[in-house]
Amino acid sequence: MKGRYLIPLGVFAVIATMLALGIEQAPRKDLVPSPLIGKAAPIFSLPSLANPRKLVTSAQLRGHWYLFNVWGTWCISCRMEEPELLAIARTGLVPLIGLDWKDTRSDAITYLHRAGDPYRKIAFDPGGLEAIQWGVYGAPETFLVNPQGIIVYKYIGPITPGAWTRDFLPRLPAAHAVAGS
Amino acid sequence: MRRLPPLRTALLTALALLVAPFAHAIAPTRMPTPALQARYERLIHGFRCMQCQDESLANSPVSLAADMRRQIRQMLMAGRTDQQIRHFFVSRYGYFILFKPPFVLKTAWLWLAPGVLLVTGTVSAGWVIRRRAALAAADDNDEDVPGDDGVARPGNHN
Repeated sequence: MKGRYLIPLGVFAVIATMLALGIEQAPRKDLVPSPLIGKAAPIFSLPSLANPRKLVTSAQLRGHWYLFNVWGTWCISCRMEEPELLAIARTGLVPLIGLDWKDTRSDAITYLHRAGDPYRKIAFDPGGLEAIQWGVYGAPETFLVNPQGIIVYKYIGPITPGAWTRDFLPRLPAAHAVAGS
Repeated sequence: MRRLPPLRTALLTALALLVAPFAHAIAPTRMPTPALQARYERLIHGFRCMQCQDESLANSPVSLAADMRRQIRQMLMAGRTDQQIRHFFVSRYGYFILFKPPFVLKTAWLWLAPGVLLVTGTVSAGWVIRRRAALAAADDNDEDVPGDDGVARPGNHN
């Protein structure tokens, strides 16, 4: 019956392991995994930022890979991300489609004029209801969408050069041709 | 005009600071019928504000929560059921957005763990108590055995 004394020790080990795992994951608590990955991207039709009479629609994007980047001029992390977005645009691998979220048209246009514009098209969502369709809860958030309109990947926070190489490039079909760029 | 005495100024300042957190309280939304109003209230209390995470949509002052409340209002006005509205948010944000997660395979441990722990604890406590009682009874019977000096010595049991 000596082994009996090991029972509390075993219980303690189990609880300690669970708590350790909890602490381990704590810094990522803000990253809520998206249930949209592997699902069809929302169908949308929104006014273009540059020209309110023009529309940016999901139908225009069918058949192409694209990055759907949610940003706003009020978002500090988006400004930090801007140089990397410009670098991504320069690779020509995948077009960036912007969703200007809860912004004013004049602020956004002035900002892009000064900082540079990495986007192929920008949809304007001042009311914020389109962002909810994408399950967005902060900015920046970036979705990688394939030609079939399926969300392949979602990145939360500003894209770093490391994240681009590690998380985005391997998911793009032409990645091998420009690996490490 | 007479200036307020310092003590009163201090008290008024303290009072103002005390009520400050409520100054940005959520502007109440009026739905056209009491039934819709009740459903709206119940729904916004059941969803988590994804930005602040520990508040419901009903209590959160951030603008994302305001947009989500607007989304809920629009869906209610369009005749959607509570179930459809819940599904809309869960399919975009995951079960995390529900304050009361449903009982599915992924969340089973969350619901079952307290019961399992309670049963395990009760059973093992009962087992220990019964064993102790049996040992005590055995001790009592031992009392008149010749050669027993009545001094308790540790480590004799088992």
